[in-house]
Amino acid sequence: MAPRTLFTLLSYGGVMLSALLVAGVAPRSRAASDDVAAGRMLYQNKCGGCHSVDADRIGPRHRNVVGRAVASVPGYDYSPALKKLGGVWTPARLNQWLSDTQKMAPGSKMYLELDDPTQRRLIIAYLQSVSEPAANQDSHSQSRSRRKQQ
Amino acid sequence: MKILIDDRRKFLAQAGIASLGLGAASLLGVSATAAAMVPSSDVGVIQTALALEHEGIAAYRIAGKSGLLSPGTLKIARIFMGHHQAHRDSLAKLVTAAGGKPVEPKTDAQYVSELGLGSLKSEGDVVALATSLEHGAASAYIGQIVALKDHKLARLFASISADEALHWTTLNNAAGKPIPVPAYVFA
Repeated sequence: MAPRTLFTLLSYGGVMLSALLVAGVAPRSRAASDDVAAGRMLYQNKCGGCHSVDADRIGPRHRNVVGRAVASVPGYDYSPALKKLGGVWTPARLNQWLSDTQKMAPGSKMYLELDDPTQRRLIIAYLQSVSEPAANQDSHSQSRSRRKQQ
Repeated sequence: MKILIDDRRKFLAQAGIASLGLGAASLLGVSATAAAMVPSSDVGVIQTALALEHEGIAAYRIAGKSGLLSPGTLKIARIFMGHHQAHRDSLAKLVTAAGGKPVEPKTDAQYVSELGLGSLKSEGDVVALATSLEHGAASAYIGQIVALKDHKLARLFASISADEALHWTTLNNAAGKPIPVPAYVFA
């Protein structure tokens, strides 16, 4: 193949790749970013009474909560109910938790029933954004393997 | 910014003039009979709310001593702190009457650390923090109502949530922030 033709093809491929990025990945990334922003607002309004990202208050801190073992923030005084729950906070488990905390861990200190699945999804998107990417990947893998087992 | 702060001071000063007869809060004061009937499952909910009130009291008390607040703002902060103290007393009484031990406040050092009170540099910073905490508290009470078995307790929680919403509204307006357009601000 003539170098010029190869160059043309590569250029064309580059344009196509850019177009694909613009058409597909970029909007997805923008949507994810919008989700995180909306989730942050919801987090402040619905969780901010008791929780902060970087400090233990009424509830424990949420930095790196996705992928973290349940009831594992050092120094925070967890309820026996949550200590007993065990496992790791994955997006799927957080979704279950936010739906009805007392159903998942009766006797825990948190009382919340967030009925709206969209609100739960957005809050979890924000919690993922303040968690380590590695922890997110681990938790996604665990969610996937759990779903396969089910 | 100076204009905003001046406006905030005027707004808060005017709000202070309209101080209500808060003794009327005893309308929702908790009778011994009502307290004795608290379902045991509701005690945990009350304890969480009590921890929230302890935090609110500490935030206003510590910020009040910071020297950052102008006299008008300080006056309002003290009124709001008084509301939180009244909430605390009602909630603690319920826990005690139900045979529980009311959750204790943390130390001031803990509250300073957890709420970042040491990093507040201006009256605007204090108002912004208080606005955020009050919004969270109003929403938290609404979120907890559904967990309560006792309807009278639900009324108490709704009333406390309305107090927190009043605080938020006052502070939000003082900060010059717009009223949210969508409904269900605290839902």
